[in-house]
This record gives sequence, C-alpha cells and structure tokens, in this order.
Amino acid sequence: MSDQAIVEKLKAKFSSAVLDVVEHRGETTVTIEKERIVEVCTFMRDDLGYNFLCDLCGVDYLGKLTPRFMVVYNLYNITTKQRIRIKVPVAEENANVDTVSTVWGTANWHERECWDLMGISFNGHPDLRRILMPADWEGHPLRKDYPLQGPDREPYQGRLS
Amino acid sequence: MGIEQPKTLGSGFVVTSLDKLVNWSRASSMWPLTFGLACCAIEMMATGAARFDLDRMGILFRASPRQSDVLIIAGTVTKKMVPVIKVLYEQMPEPKYVIAMGACACSGGIFDTYSVVQGVDEEIPVDVYIPGCPPRPEGLLYGLMKLQEKIRAERNTFGAVIGIGEVIHHPA
Amino acid sequence: MAFNTETMVINMGPQHPSTHGVLQLILELDGEVVQKATPHIGFLHRGTEKLSEYRTYHQIIPLTDRLDYLAPMSNNLGYVLAVEKLLGITDKIPERAKVIRVLMNELTRLKSHLVWMACHALDIGAMTVFLYCFREREDITDIYEKVSGARMTSNYFRVGGLSADLPDGLEKDIRDFAESMPGHIETYEGLLTGNRIWQKRTIGVGHISAEAAIDIGITGPSLRASGVDWDLRRDNPYSGYEDYDFEVPVFEEGDTFARYKARLDEMRQASLIVLQALDKLKPGPILADCPKVVLPPKQDVVETIEGLIHHFKIVTEGFSPEPGEVYQGVEAPKGELGFYLVSDGSPKPLRMKVRPPSFVNLQGLPQMVEGKFLADVVAVIGTLDIVLGEIDR
Repeated sequence: MSDQAIVEKLKAKFSSAVLDVVEHRGETTVTIEKERIVEVCTFMRDDLGYNFLCDLCGVDYLGKLTPRFMVVYNLYNITTKQRIRIKVPVAEENANVDTVSTVWGTANWHERECWDLMGISFNGHPDLRRILMPADWEGHPLRKDYPLQGPDREPYQGRLS
Repeated sequence: MGIEQPKTLGSGFVVTSLDKLVNWSRASSMWPLTFGLACCAIEMMATGAARFDLDRMGILFRASPRQSDVLIIAGTVTKKMVPVIKVLYEQMPEPKYVIAMGACACSGGIFDTYSVVQGVDEEIPVDVYIPGCPPRPEGLLYGLMKLQEKIRAERNTFGAVIGIGEVIHHPA
Repeated sequence: MAFNTETMVINMGPQHPSTHGVLQLILELDGEVVQKATPHIGFLHRGTEKLSEYRTYHQIIPLTDRLDYLAPMSNNLGYVLAVEKLLGITDKIPERAKVIRVLMNELTRLKSHLVWMACHALDIGAMTVFLYCFREREDITDIYEKVSGARMTSNYFRVGGLSADLPDGLEKDIRDFAESMPGHIETYEGLLTGNRIWQKRTIGVGHISAEAAIDIGITGPSLRASGVDWDLRRDNPYSGYEDYDFEVPVFEEGDTFARYKARLDEMRQASLIVLQALDKLKPGPILADCPKVVLPPKQDVVETIEGLIHHFKIVTEGFSPEPGEVYQGVEAPKGELGFYLVSDGSPKPLRMKVRPPSFVNLQGLPQMVEGKFLADVVAVIGTLDIVLGEIDR
C-alpha cells in the first residue's frame, strides 16, 4: 500500500482531524489534531499495520510557528517495511498530549524524555518523571529559550558554538 | 691464602630513606578504581587489555573504592554525576590520587553545555591531566608514569603516616 | 512463630563494573529474586541534541562519534545519510564512497560486537575472552587510525562522501584481517558455546517474546534473537547494501544464549561483507559533485579559485537545506539508529533527534529480569549491549 493510500484511509476515517499532509524527500508527514492522537495511533497500529513506534520527540518552533510545539511520532510497519510520520501541534500555554504508551509500550521512556527536555506533559502517562536530568532540575533544556550553557553560566568566550 | 671470600651475603641490611621506601612501594602498586564514564573508559579498558597490559606496571583495576589508590576520571562529568564522584573520592583511603583523563574531564571538552561540568577539577583535586579525545593508551600510560614520578618526589610520606607533619608534595 | 519477611532494596551503579558505564539500577529483592528493577539513566547526559542546534551541519559529525562510542562510524553514517536525504543528494554519492562506507561500517559492527562479547563474557566470569576480543579490536582500531587518524572517534564520513580516500596498501591489511576473523570467532565459540557455565548462565535467562520486544521497541540482534526477521540493511537498504549478499541470522528462543549466537553469526556475516566490499572497490571520486553543499576535493582547494571559494563558504557559513524534515534509520550494531532532522532553511538544524537503539532496548530490562535471580541481572545487562553515551546523549 502506497503512502497516498494510507493517507486516504486516514482521511476517510478521521476527515476532520487531519490538518495537513506533506511529502518531502519521499517521506510522508501527516499532521493531526492532538485530541485524536490515541485514536489515530490505535487505528494505525491495528488496521494499517504500523506496529512499531521508532521514535517520539518534541520540536520547538519558537517564533516560527504557532502553536509553538510539535510532537512527532515516527512509525514503522515491520511487515511492509514502510515508514510514516505523524505530528500533533501543541500550544505553549496548554502543553500536554494524551499518552500513547497504552498503544506502544516503548512510548513510555520517549514521553518521559520529551517531558524532561521539552516540557510537554503527557496525560495518563503511568510514570511521568524526569529521566535524563536530575530530579530537582529546573527548566526544560531543549526549549529554544533555554540557554545552551544553562542559566547560571556565562559562555566560554573563545567558543565555536 | 689472602682474604677469604664470604660464603653468604650474611644478615646484611640496605640503607635508604623511609620516604624512598614508602614512595617506591606506593608508586609500584597504584591500583585504579574500575570507573568508566564515557568514551575514555573504552581506551582505559584497551590499556588494561592484551596489547598495552597495565598489569606489568603493577597497576590492577579494583572494583571497590576502598581498595584503590587512583581515581581515573575517564570521561565527561555531568552535574548529575558529581555527587557520585565525590562519594567515591571520599570513600578512597589516603593516599589517593586523581587523574583527569581526556578533554572532557580536564575542561569539559567539546561539551560546553548546560549539563556538563567544565572540568572535574571544579569538584575534586586533580594530580595529572591527560589531554586527548580520547587519549591514546600510550597517553594514559604516560599519565600514569607522570603520576609515579610525582609520588616518588613526595617528602615526609612516612612521617605523615605516623603522625609527624604533613606530606610535602612539591619539595623545593 | 511466623517469620517476618520483607523485601530489600539494593542499589547497583552508577559505579559498578558490570553496568557498562554509568547506569544505575534500583533492585527490590526478595531473597535472591528480583521483584522490581528500576533503571535510572542520565548520568552521562551531555546535551548533544541541544549542542547540535548551535552548529552547522558539518560541525555535528564529530558529536555523533561520541554517541555510541563503540561504533562511531555507524553514527557518522546515519547522520550523513540523514543530511544527504535532507539535501536531496542521496543518489549523487559516488560508488567508491558508498563502498568504503559499507566497508567501514561493517568493520565497526565487528568492533562493537567484540567489545560486547569481551564485556559480556567478563561479567559472567570468562576473563580470557576479554583479552582475546580486545586483541582483535586493536587490529580494527589500527585500521581506523590509518583511515581517519583516530583510534575511536573517527569523524571520517562527510556530507556527500568521505573526508579522505583509503591510504595505500590498507586494502590488504583489511583483507587479511577479515579473512582471519572467522577463525577468531571459532576460538571464542570454543571458549564459550559448549562451556557448561556459560550455558547455565545464558540459556533461558532474560527471555523476551517477539510481541513484547516489538511493543517495547527493541531492535537489532536482540529483536532478531526473538524471532523477528527484520534488518534495515536488507529491508530498507541504504548506501548500496542491496548489492551485497549476506544472511540475516534469526533465532527463535529469545534468551541470552540466542542473542549471543545471533551476534556471533552477525560477526561472521560482517566479515563476509567486508570481503565483498573489498572486491567492489574500484578507483574513483570519493566526494559527490555538488559544489554548493559538498566540500571540494583537497586538490581543487589548493589549485582552483572555485574550489577555494566553495571550501571557504561551506566551512565558515555551512549550507542551508530547504525547510523540511527527514528521518533516516540505519542498522547500527545495537539496533535501529535513527536521525530525525528538521531544517528551517538556516545553516543549523532546528532540531536533531537521535533515536538511540540502546535507550529503547534498555526499556526491556525490567521485563527481562523481574522474577529472576540477582546474578541474571548482570547477564541481561551484558546481553542488551547498552552504551550509556547514546542512552543519555
């Protein structure tokens, strides 16, 4: 089944929730409403065979897009060896998405990492704690408004970056 | 006929300073802690393995800080790791030495970021710095030999053990 | 009189010889049996993803070396393929560059698996295997050094090709090594496979079913040992892997012994691929002819004004891919290594997300050790083949 056929099926099932479909360098990205993400993911897994969640991450488009964040799901179908990408826009003031750890167990740590580094929380997540940073850390380092060297240190003056 | 040759060496004795004896024994059996942090730890393992063979210098890795003399900081020190390193350092018995192996342990290296400590010497005292990313095993060997030199140059090591004065690390 | 029993919580790591770095496990024990295992990670979180948002695309390549530092060239490959896809120059990479990439990538697989086997066997109590494996690994580091100038952190691949051609006479060294490798693998097998201690410590230990492994997202040899026949080199080929003839070892048992055999067979296949790549090696250019984004050959930089200008522009300003996003997965020694790049049209990526195989595979650890003996935890950590550099990034 080609990517177009997959997108058609998604549109037929969730016509109002599909916000945008982009193809770039042979990869299809479908943007959907964040309220429907669990439904869409369950449909992708059960009916379209995307049984493997490769990756889940947040992207910060500060000053480039509104709403500010995107949560990106990279899916893989082990049977047909196809990839597809699903994105949900997330606003800054209401930065939360429903968890998909009920659909794929692997989302558990990915969502914890996304919460830790990007500050997007996941409703219904079984164990939403910081994962990489110390438990008492303040702030979410991967946000664009967080300085690279941290808030309490001046950058080294001879630096490259 | 003339002078008789002695049949044995006899119950002879060697004259040396106690400092030299103590320093010799310390420098000949530096036991580092098995403690790898990042990429440099692999080079540290390679130094201990077949080709470079640290054992021939009396350097054996010990898994417990209570049995080790040298702490090789092999890799990037993060802010989350600092408390652990401090505990390990404090658990080691005196005399103890620290080697900062690699650019990250010396200065933070290429990781000038929010989570990385810019050099382990911000947190614990360091005796020998080894540059490189990662240093070659020869580099680590050279660093260990520099530490041996440093140990051999110490004065009043025996006196400090029995409670007379302090160790003089940099004799004039 | 009733005995008062309670569980005991013990801490394993971050300083522990068999946690392969700075992994911390909190284990709740009932006697010798693990009731609950909670991994704590992040002790090596260096901020690679944040740092790469402040660097041009070429400056990120050395950062990728330090993710999975046991397999630096696999990381280089995954990253440069992702950037090439983002630029749309995937089909312009010259044949020689592709072959050398495959060649070095398979040597990297051998290198990584050798360290895995050395540490795994050492943890279970076989010291000799450690010394043997590091002896062979030194040969690969020598090849690395001749090719890239560094023993570990290679920084060899470039967007559009390679940083330099292979030095003269190296092909023979690599061929000698690849031909000797199957014999070495026989030696390791002689030390371990039939060894009763090894079998007792690995057979049936750390079992995971195919469904559970897919749910958790385990990839690579660990997944193939649970009976899922999936290898990105064959199924989504990249860098010309479709032209090579190799088998993907699959085992059904899903335990530590099956993962051991899967990796051993993978090492045999890797040395065969190395030999095939050597046969394919023909003289030719090593950099794609895309002057706006690919560094010109060094000779042109010295001799022509265009070459000098292009070199200067790419090194100082970098290049700006058009806005968009790509995901590139490669079969790293530990599993699927993915790079997700988002470009906003500037010379620096808006976001670089690494999908580290070890990070995801480690999630399977609690499931594999709970209800098993404490000593099995060490075997399972070894068999998962984790590297903290890419778990924490």
